[in-house]
Amino acid sequence: MTDITWIDGALTSARPQAVGALLRYFRDLDTAEEAFQDACLRALKTWPQNGPPRDPAAWLIMVGRNTAIDSVRRRRKQEPLPADELISDLDDAETALADRLDGAHYRDDILRLLFVCGHPQLPATQQIALALRIVSGLTVKQIARAFLVGESAMEQRITRAKSRIAAADVPFETPGPVERAERLAAVAAMIYLIFNEGYSAIGGPDGVRAPLCDEAIRLARLLLRLFPAEPELMGLMALLLLQHARTAARFDADGCIVLLDDQDRGLWNGKMIAEGLALMDKALRHARPGPYQVQAAIAALHARAARPEDTDWAQIDLLYGALERLQPSPVVTLNRAVAVGKVRGAEAALAMIEPLASRLSGYFHFHGVKGALLLQLGRAAEARVAFDQAIARANTAAEAAHIRLHLDRLIKDSAGDGAPASSQA
Amino acid sequence: MLYAILCYNSEDVVGSWTKDEDDAVMAKLSVVHDKLAKQGKLGPAIRLLPTTAATTLHKGQEPPLVMDGPYAETKEQLLGFYVIDVSGLEEGLDFARELARANPGGAYELRPVGLFLPGSVVT
Repeated sequence: MTDITWIDGALTSARPQAVGALLRYFRDLDTAEEAFQDACLRALKTWPQNGPPRDPAAWLIMVGRNTAIDSVRRRRKQEPLPADELISDLDDAETALADRLDGAHYRDDILRLLFVCGHPQLPATQQIALALRIVSGLTVKQIARAFLVGESAMEQRITRAKSRIAAADVPFETPGPVERAERLAAVAAMIYLIFNEGYSAIGGPDGVRAPLCDEAIRLARLLLRLFPAEPELMGLMALLLLQHARTAARFDADGCIVLLDDQDRGLWNGKMIAEGLALMDKALRHARPGPYQVQAAIAALHARAARPEDTDWAQIDLLYGALERLQPSPVVTLNRAVAVGKVRGAEAALAMIEPLASRLSGYFHFHGVKGALLLQLGRAAEARVAFDQAIARANTAAEAAHIRLHLDRLIKDSAGDGAPASSQA
Repeated sequence: MLYAILCYNSEDVVGSWTKDEDDAVMAKLSVVHDKLAKQGKLGPAIRLLPTTAATTLHKGQEPPLVMDGPYAETKEQLLGFYVIDVSGLEEGLDFARELARANPGGAYELRPVGLFLPGSVVT
């Protein structure tokens, strides 16, 4: 009666906890992963017959641990000089597991596992690939597809990431409060990275990266459940949900970008918005604002506006101002300029972004925003230059196509009766 | 006789369903709902949002203590529930505190509702 979908779901959801615990025992990612795989195979054989265990994660940890210890022991018999560091705590392998299983260990196991994958010494792309492989359990093929690279290239990337981790010094002791907070921040950043990787590429070929957004949300939820009173985690979770809620409306049938103002808000996912807003309410109670909460508050203002003209741009301007103070960055200022453009006009917004030119010259959105503002001011020739620069820096075909639409209109206008370009702003 | 059917399952497992899988389950359920509704026997049905969106008012102490997350104790039993329509968590907590003054002890968990089907039962 235990159907395969249920088992599949149970294995996926137990994975971070089980691999995290196995990593604590064996202190080696490959060993932990193999042990988990073995346990999963065993589960697929026995669960359909005997029914699912009460606590699938505990079952998988116990079985995974035993099979891995068995195989290490077998290897020990074959090799006269065993590598003791392969196993961190062989000695207490026989001690009752039960008390350790419900211990507070779990929380730090999962956090450690996530932290290892998002290790600051790994480049962003390796962090994401490793987390998707180890924590989420996506296949190398799935991850390769998400990154639009070949399977063997992705395999190599993951192998390189793993050997870097093995070389890095990862502390396995229970972290103190300061260290725990640092790990939390690093892990939150990695989850946001995974989300953005998926979010920025949706609308690419077949929207293949959409699963990355779902996966990021799942990881954020996992983290929030472990640390239920962290307002920044509530903010992160809310931010992801509020942004992901708009996915169905972000592209038209031809795969072209639909700007926020033009989106069919009926396509927004109401359930995700409700959850995001509820999480913001929870976070606000703590009165400890942080960058994720502020960004989520901005997304919430968009979500609350039934029509584009209902958007509280003045408040969004203020929130971006707060974000600039919390986390100064030219990209934040660029985003703020968009709000300023709505509140105080394109002239003020343009003045705001001009000082950013040198730092954002390689950034698609900078040139896109600049072009749109120039267009509003009727400076068509300059707008065209900006749009050309944007196209050259587009990350996806959809981004390039979106800018090309602006350009086509500009060309049509200048070829026609010379109607002012600003009329289409 | 009115009955409440309380739905239990692993949040992790249900949460790991893809949208298509979730939609498929909801479609199968709605066939059953429709059958009961046609007989005038289906009252309100609710799908709650995940426990990570929950806040709990512990009212065994004065003043009651607000904590993040769901009610996790197993000593007490679920005795009833309200559905309220408020502007947000703060107003919901205000109402819960008022209830707590009238009936201290135990806890109220405030969990946002994801799906609300009003139903058609008239008592």
